[in-house]
Amino acid sequence: MLGYIAKRLISAVPVLFGLSVIVFAIMALIPGDPATAILGAYATPENVERINRDLGLDRSLPEQYFAWITNVLQGDFGRSFRLNRPVLDEILERYSATLVLAGTSLVICSILGLLAGIVSAVRQFGWADRIITFFVLIGISMPAFWLGLLLILVFAVQWRLLPASGMYAIYGGGDLPDLLRHMILPATTLAVVATGVIARLTRAAMLEVLRQDFVRTARAKGLDERTVIYKHAFKAAFVSVIPVIGIQAGFVLGGAVYIETVFQWPGIGQMLVNAISTRDILLVQGGVLFVAASYVLFNLAADVFQALLDPRLKS
Amino acid sequence: MSQLQAATTSPATSSRLSSWSLLLNNRLATGGLIILGLIALLAILAPILPLDDPNATSPADRLQPPLTEGHLLGTDQLGRDVLSRLIWGSQISIAVGLAATAIAALFGSIIGLVAGYAGGRTDNVMMRGIDMLMAFPYILLALAIVAVLGPSLINALYAIAIVNIPFFARNVRGVTVGLVSREFVDAARLSGKGHASILFTEVLPGVLPVIVITMSTTVGWMILETAGLSFLGLGAQPPQADLGSMLGEGRRVLFTAPHVSVIPGLMIFALVMSINLLGDGVRDVLDPRLRAGDLTRPRSMTRLERRSKPEPRIETDAILDVQGLETSFQKGRKTVPAVKDISFSLKKGECLGLIGESGSGKSVTALSLLGLVASPPGMITNGAVYIEGEDVFSRTETGVRALRGSKVAYVFQDPLTTLHPLFKVGDQIAEAILAHRRINRSEARSRALELMEKVGIRDAKERVDAFPHEMSGGQRQRIGIAMALANDPDIIIADEPTTALDVTVQARILDLLQDLRRERGMALLLITHDFGVVAQVCDRVAVMKDGDIVEAGITGEVLADPQHAYTRKLIACVPEIGQGKAFLEGLRPLFAEKQP
Amino acid sequence: MSEPAIVVRDLVKTFGGNRSLFGGTSHAVQAVKGVSFELQRGETLAIVGESGSGKSTIARMLVGLETPTSGVMEIEGQDAAKLRAQGSQVFGRVIQYVFQDPVASLNPRKTIDSILDVPLRLLRGHDSEKRAARKRELLDAVQMPTDTLERYPHEFSGGQAQRIAIARALAAEARILVLDEPVSALDVSVQAQVLLLLDDLKHEFGLSYLFISHDLAVVESVSDRVGVMYLGEMVEMETAQALFRAPGHDYTRELIASAPRLNRAAE
Repeated sequence: MLGYIAKRLISAVPVLFGLSVIVFAIMALIPGDPATAILGAYATPENVERINRDLGLDRSLPEQYFAWITNVLQGDFGRSFRLNRPVLDEILERYSATLVLAGTSLVICSILGLLAGIVSAVRQFGWADRIITFFVLIGISMPAFWLGLLLILVFAVQWRLLPASGMYAIYGGGDLPDLLRHMILPATTLAVVATGVIARLTRAAMLEVLRQDFVRTARAKGLDERTVIYKHAFKAAFVSVIPVIGIQAGFVLGGAVYIETVFQWPGIGQMLVNAISTRDILLVQGGVLFVAASYVLFNLAADVFQALLDPRLKS
Repeated sequence: MSQLQAATTSPATSSRLSSWSLLLNNRLATGGLIILGLIALLAILAPILPLDDPNATSPADRLQPPLTEGHLLGTDQLGRDVLSRLIWGSQISIAVGLAATAIAALFGSIIGLVAGYAGGRTDNVMMRGIDMLMAFPYILLALAIVAVLGPSLINALYAIAIVNIPFFARNVRGVTVGLVSREFVDAARLSGKGHASILFTEVLPGVLPVIVITMSTTVGWMILETAGLSFLGLGAQPPQADLGSMLGEGRRVLFTAPHVSVIPGLMIFALVMSINLLGDGVRDVLDPRLRAGDLTRPRSMTRLERRSKPEPRIETDAILDVQGLETSFQKGRKTVPAVKDISFSLKKGECLGLIGESGSGKSVTALSLLGLVASPPGMITNGAVYIEGEDVFSRTETGVRALRGSKVAYVFQDPLTTLHPLFKVGDQIAEAILAHRRINRSEARSRALELMEKVGIRDAKERVDAFPHEMSGGQRQRIGIAMALANDPDIIIADEPTTALDVTVQARILDLLQDLRRERGMALLLITHDFGVVAQVCDRVAVMKDGDIVEAGITGEVLADPQHAYTRKLIACVPEIGQGKAFLEGLRPLFAEKQP
Repeated sequence: MSEPAIVVRDLVKTFGGNRSLFGGTSHAVQAVKGVSFELQRGETLAIVGESGSGKSTIARMLVGLETPTSGVMEIEGQDAAKLRAQGSQVFGRVIQYVFQDPVASLNPRKTIDSILDVPLRLLRGHDSEKRAARKRELLDAVQMPTDTLERYPHEFSGGQAQRIAIARALAAEARILVLDEPVSALDVSVQAQVLLLLDDLKHEFGLSYLFISHDLAVVESVSDRVGVMYLGEMVEMETAQALFRAPGHDYTRELIASAPRLNRAAE
């Protein structure tokens, strides 16, 4: 197992390298002159040249990349000129807020999705299946940003039950119950789509597995139906759903961009949208790289978990 | 894969017709089609409908509620008519979604086709690139691309298209690899076709359904995501407005005039939902496994629909007595019998061979005995199976389960698919014991170990923790037999137990079965297509053809003097070592009279 | 007389063992370890062996579906690699191949007409009139009705599909046919008919067969000479009569002993 983990970690290195190249290339391609963007109306030729030299923009692209990646590996993502603070500090602060939100959502959607999928498959064509299928369909067609607005209208504006925005109350907040109250609406919104996708694929995987020969063998052994479904069939179906959960983590992280904007959640998604509209390049660069790299590591963990359950994958 | 092929084979014209009718049979898909059709019609007719100018501002009439005179859906914060903007916005959203889908499908499919066909290094390099794109969380990459290109609708379109290319590339590559490894591609090459010709005339037609399925399932997503970018202000720029930017602008007056943002959101939802419904319908039509109803969940026991109710108990000295058994399959509205009114019996310690060619119903018979035929579509439509004089189908489900694996055990054909791939073989054997006996786990485990030694697995102590894929075919089948022996059954039903094995391994497995039978006095029902196996193992033989038993008797007598014409032909067709070329000469008269 | 139809010398095929991108070497499997044999004109040479013996790999290398690691392959006196380098058009006129699974070897989306059309057009260069005539002749030769042409592969049983596949191989007018387990996917009565057909065609068109199979009894009934393969090596090569009367190698003896027998004349 350890050997397998090591192998997977090594195989992630070129992916991470590729990611950094893509991120760097994207930013290098941005039209316009960062110096002019920073200096705005105060741009004089001397100032522009000075800024370009400070940012290393007078060197060749490979040199620039090398300098950038060396710094990044040492934890130096540069300074955000809009916020006037180190990019890494800003990212870490924002990212923890996003992780709390996205992590909660991912847990919710995995549990609900798996449960709904199993119930749906086991009670195929029954009432439970129809109701679940109906909600799944609504879920996967729902524009998350719109659902967020609706929830705010209903729960925050009409019924005044829950806060409409932010992570903590401005006065007297800051404890865990306060955080949870603020998180209910955005976490639910974020989980809806992924729950639908996971439920749908779990149902399909269960139905597929229940047709397999080894399920017939389990029945021929005289096992009771519960063991057949929840032990034999579910284990095989779960193994094939794990990568789906990995992919959904990407959708949840991405979806956080909308949700954080709608709910004014101080996460990295909101930061990126702002940074893009203000053209704060280093902030965008660092944020994208950071989120993408953590997503790669998360998927790696999902792979390892899958191999733990399915010994065939190790060979 | 093979199923995908199998169902996409029907002639083009008739399949197109039936596809349409199938799609329309699906109520949800039809509903989706109607809603989508209505929205699309409105969007197309936008220029000739009597609508206000969507961009004409009128500060005096701002934020009118819906149903205001002259503004059916009210006005927005600049006094523009929401209905007009909604219809024009839908037009833009649909157009952008379709364009992004087309771009993603085109480039993704080309990449997938080329990578899957070329294989090797080309495949590796191309798919690594695709993996790299997929390593970004979905919308993040789109954001980064928009950051480079600058916010605008067309750039949002490109971003969404690029982000979706990997989905197409992966799906198409998967199917292409499957098709390329198939023999008809090799055959086309040997017929003189070049690479381009093979790729476009042999492979592409097989890949098309997958492209269509992927398009129909992603187009809704793309509309949604483009709207999302516009919502964030990174897509359509004022005064141009798609549904997303309407929603985004409306958000600022959410608390005072919710209709400005709720209405475009509802439209996006209706649009995406109708496309998804339609997409599901399209997928169901093009994915043959769903069409065949294969994905219905099989029950724990075959459905019973017996026309008559036989005696639940009879006097018999046979341990297994099958009387008038009929098993049928539901095909559409028709019920087609696969096993027709067959009767046979098996005495204690006896071996009966059930022989027949493919489609003769021999395996269905074997599975029917304890209700293991997958249902739907299978059902027992008549007859009775008496085990020690007691009808199996008169028992409750729990009662049948008590028989399975204890009094009657099965050995199946291909142990690679019939053993659970994720459980250790020792645990699978122990589980069979624990299903019927109240002993603790360690006892069950040591019993499993004994059984593995019994069926001739060397160094059973180490192999007990092996997974099925770590064993050879012969060893796996020994595990299958050990599992069947777990509760000292009186009857073993072996369904083609050696068909997947090499002859030398087959000989050893047959010897093992024979020894165990003699030693334990078990009765063996052996299902096979091979007269050689029957001759070697069975006391009696029953010959099946088209669901009937055409002849039955003592093995030696049937072989020496077959009574039925079909049996005669079947035996004559088996070549035997020592006959040499005389075998074919002997056959010639048998087939000479009937040439097609 | 003229040179043999096929000459194979010291043929080796190793799978895997390539260096991967990150320096690791994948596990190498030697599927064929230095095999030599000749197929004479007009002869049926059978190669028997169990799964993993390398018999199908030899067949696939001969028709260019795999590339040998080392060794010599000559087809009708010409080096196989050079022959293939002249293009699939030239190659396909010399040697043809019949697959184990007949249904998989026919493209499910094409009519039999368009499947048979390809070799006639590309390998023989016939005009459309000639092609139509040849298709009728070919179907006649494999004893299939003419209305076969408008139909699709899935409308046929395994035995019929194998007849069509044989017709396609014949269309190239190659004199050498490599038959890779041509009857093992078929029911026994159908298998007998296809064996008879192959025997008839051989005499009618003067073909040479390389017949790959795992079934000793089938092999004995069709072949002139038999080579026995075991784990990539040719352990024995004899005339069919001699091999089955007095097998020389232990493995051959075990194979013969393991084959189930009918004992028709029951004692």
